[in-house]
Amino acid sequence: MAVRITIKEAAKKIVNKSSVMIGGFLGAAVPLKMIDEIAAAGIKDLTVISIGAGYRGGGVDIGKLVLNKQIIKYVTSHVGTDPNLIKQIVNGEVELELSPMGTFVERVRAGGAGLGAVVTPVGMGTEVEAMAEKIIVDGKPYLLFKPIRADVAVIKAYRSDPLGNLQYQGMSNTNPIMATAADIVIAEVDEIVGVGEIACEQVGTPGIFVDYIVQGHSFEERKNIYEELWIATNKL
Amino acid sequence: MPRNYIARRIAKEFKDGMYVNLGIGIPTESANYIPEGTQVFLQTENGGLMFGPKPKRGESNPDIANAGAEPITMMAGGAVFDVATSFAMIRGGHVNMTVVGALEVDEGGSIASWKIPGKLLTGMGGAMDLLYGCKRVIVAMTHTDKHGNPKIRKRCTLPLTAAGVVDMIITDKAVFRVAKDGLHLEELAPGVTAAEVERLTEGTIINIIEWEHIEIT
Repeated sequence: MAVRITIKEAAKKIVNKSSVMIGGFLGAAVPLKMIDEIAAAGIKDLTVISIGAGYRGGGVDIGKLVLNKQIIKYVTSHVGTDPNLIKQIVNGEVELELSPMGTFVERVRAGGAGLGAVVTPVGMGTEVEAMAEKIIVDGKPYLLFKPIRADVAVIKAYRSDPLGNLQYQGMSNTNPIMATAADIVIAEVDEIVGVGEIACEQVGTPGIFVDYIVQGHSFEERKNIYEELWIATNKL
Repeated sequence: MPRNYIARRIAKEFKDGMYVNLGIGIPTESANYIPEGTQVFLQTENGGLMFGPKPKRGESNPDIANAGAEPITMMAGGAVFDVATSFAMIRGGHVNMTVVGALEVDEGGSIASWKIPGKLLTGMGGAMDLLYGCKRVIVAMTHTDKHGNPKIRKRCTLPLTAAGVVDMIITDKAVFRVAKDGLHLEELAPGVTAAEVERLTEGTIINIIEWEHIEIT
């Protein structure tokens, strides 16, 4: 069951020192308006959890929070796209917690699904061994990683209904997984529709996981934002 | 050296019906040379299977992009999914082949591609999962670094992305099969001699004697 609130009200759920999951993948399917509001509100000392950093020079995704120096810890699998963030990590302003991408995703899933750990062979024989505990299962070595949860997850979906059922379009990325793994889940959507307008088999995230719905840009607005970004970065 | 030689050579490894994940750069370029009549299902780790070329301007979808954040299109019969499903495909051994770049590869099939201590910090992204889970691993890279130093080493000197996983190395000079006993030279690029490849390769080429014999006769 979800409650519809404004972007400003939603951003108040995040306070200094909160841990915040942000859905999406390198700009795609990220909650644009919520990130803008978190940046504008100047909330500090955030632990941000997302699959990878944002674009060079800010742009969409978490780059704005980096430019504002709002992050003290970043839990992720990749930072290579954002030189500003790398500089803050090297200077010791941001603590970095890395895991391989598939492991990162499963850690979030474990956090949401009530599991005690993720046990994976990925990273054996590399520096990643030092980031986890080694265990043997049926004679084979694995790395044991702890689950990840957050105070607040800010995710992005295509449509929602008043019950908080979410429908995705395109790649849902980390959004349906993060929707399970935080104490408060805020979904930014292109469109809010009536109960029953999202058919049960189209529900990507059932409303049981969602606390708040906020109205984001419309699909058309987002399409224009990304077209401009992709043209400006020679990607389209 | 023919233009896009490495990308064209990678494409010869595509077999009909394969599920393939291509790394950013030259590996992705190889999709332009998929042989006619060969159907390859391209997977992108951010959550897509059977994607196609870039859209035209005005026809992009803000939520359809590749792992390099570039807009793509989905082919008829394609699928999109979340990243947990994507990495179940990758880690679970459902993807037949991956082609990746590298900083170094060694004769034991280990690969270093994600970190240069004190110089390069990126994070491993999905590379470790791909190298572990994909059944066949091809490394595509220049034979030497920009200073002319060998990138095919006896032992990688940089932090590993995965140990003992590489099956094939394709460079601008040669193609190697990486077997349990080490590096086997399989092909030379046009105009390249075995002696040149041996000089520019630090790892031991098990079968170099056969190639020297071919060149003498």
